[in-house]
Amino acid sequence: MKNIPLSAMIGLFFTALYFLAAIFAPLIAPYGMSDVVSNEIWAPASSEFLLGTDSIGRDLLTRMIYGGRTTIFIATAATILSFVTGSVLGFFAAVSGGWIDQVLSRFVDLMMAIPSLILALVVLAVVPVTLPVIIVLMGLLDATRVFRLARAVAVDINVMDYVEAARLRGEGTSWVIFREILPNALSPLVAEMGLRFIFMVLFVSTLSFLGLGVQPPLADWGGIVRENKDGIIYGIPAALWPAFAIATLAISVNLVADWVLNRTTSLKGGRG
Amino acid sequence: MHPIVKLVVQRLALGLLLLWATSILLFSLTEALPGDAAQAVLGQNATPQALANMREEMGLNRPAVTRYAEWFGGILHGDLGRSIINKVEISESVGRRLSTTIFLAFWAAVVAVPLSIFLGLLAVRFRERWPDKLISGLSLASISIPEFLLGYLLMYFVGVKLGWFPTNAIISDGMTLGQKLNAIALPVIVLTMVVLAHMMRMTRAAILNVMQSAYIETAELKGLSGFDVIWKHAFPNAIAPIVNVVMLNLAYLVVGVVVVEVVFVYPGMGQFLVDAVSKRDVPVVLACGIIFAAIYIGMNMLADIVSIIANPRLRHPK
Repeated sequence: MKNIPLSAMIGLFFTALYFLAAIFAPLIAPYGMSDVVSNEIWAPASSEFLLGTDSIGRDLLTRMIYGGRTTIFIATAATILSFVTGSVLGFFAAVSGGWIDQVLSRFVDLMMAIPSLILALVVLAVVPVTLPVIIVLMGLLDATRVFRLARAVAVDINVMDYVEAARLRGEGTSWVIFREILPNALSPLVAEMGLRFIFMVLFVSTLSFLGLGVQPPLADWGGIVRENKDGIIYGIPAALWPAFAIATLAISVNLVADWVLNRTTSLKGGRG
Repeated sequence: MHPIVKLVVQRLALGLLLLWATSILLFSLTEALPGDAAQAVLGQNATPQALANMREEMGLNRPAVTRYAEWFGGILHGDLGRSIINKVEISESVGRRLSTTIFLAFWAAVVAVPLSIFLGLLAVRFRERWPDKLISGLSLASISIPEFLLGYLLMYFVGVKLGWFPTNAIISDGMTLGQKLNAIALPVIVLTMVVLAHMMRMTRAAILNVMQSAYIETAELKGLSGFDVIWKHAFPNAIAPIVNVVMLNLAYLVVGVVVVEVVFVYPGMGQFLVDAVSKRDVPVVLACGIIFAAIYIGMNMLADIVSIIANPRLRHPK
């Protein structure tokens, strides 16, 4: 623990804080998620309501804590989905080679030629907007980025002697992928995970802000902006709290990811 | 044929192929997923009979390939179909909105491109000193905040507290250019900040890359000032990667515009697309989607072509 640089410590501390707040939201939050607790809308901060109240008189701090829970949960689930599908398919393409690799890679090229937000909007125009749909949609769209990285890393590993040895003793494709390539490709993928997680937080907040993500009364950071945005022109800063939350979360996860990246690259002699 | 012409033609053909594949992908996404336009119009509680009638009326019972061919053929003739909500020709509504959106993106580019190149040069001139660190710190911070929140932060502090610019970007035909620019000042600043960080970092990296060459050392040794070395010797050799980055970021502006327009209630394509998605107006969504994708792909293609042309080794083959 002594070798952790200060910036990474700060990053770890705040990341852990956000995740703990997300997990224990019902215990920490002073009020219920959608309880209207005040007659006054957009009440200023007071000892009763630490951040004031929102557009219909709910406690803003409670909304922010529950909002963080939803946002972090969706982002985490989508990140896991994108890493599992992206890396397995990427390894599979690299190990198989030939036309399987061609078909998968060209399809991913096509997906990445279109901005993810535009693709997501086209899909959300057709399917009903529910939590599982959002998670699967974001996970699969982002899996294309992970696929690229995983394939590039795996192509390098695939020509190593120990992989050839495994093949010669008759191991199948799944052994090669999970026992030979995966352990050696893990560190660049883990470092990338932090950045993808941040991207997911930004993405789900954007969708919710557009009204096409998390649906009310469930709280999430993008949705809180949407609910309170009308206050801005009257000089009420309620909608700006999510900006603070998202920025601090993003910066602290970045600090941790930087540290992981530096540590793994120095261990492996610069091989990212 | 000159090899450079051949390369450019190849790249153009690839771009067109990509565009065609995109149209298939977008169309089949709306086809293959559960729920269709009829369901979208009538809602989840519609009776099977009503759904069947609606599908008949909208021509959804014909095979998907036929409908794709009609749709794509229509696009090639400039006919984007009709909205299923208000039955208006999509190409009419799109025409006006596309020009308002391009107006916004154009001014954002006019501000962002020179500024980011200048700041990139500044960061190289004072590299590893406080201006460099300040610039890279600020750019990291602006990456960590999503566009729409950046928009509201500016709206709150600059628009409401300081009262410098209007908070809603409403423009109409009667306004002079100055009035229009005043109206879109805040969205332009947000879009600039969104692309600035990336463009600047890449400019810095591209020039730093060139700075390691022997001729830079020569220029320094013959006594040129720091800015002269960068501006006269390093910058011209870094133009190709810089132009490439600029084009890619302009393509990214296209997406940033969608969200920023909603924040500032700006009557452009982005707002149109988001409205259509929440009303489940599938033909409009498809039309907007293909237009955004086409601009994005076109910009990326242009970036590739520019970097091919900017390469002197390709221009003057041995």
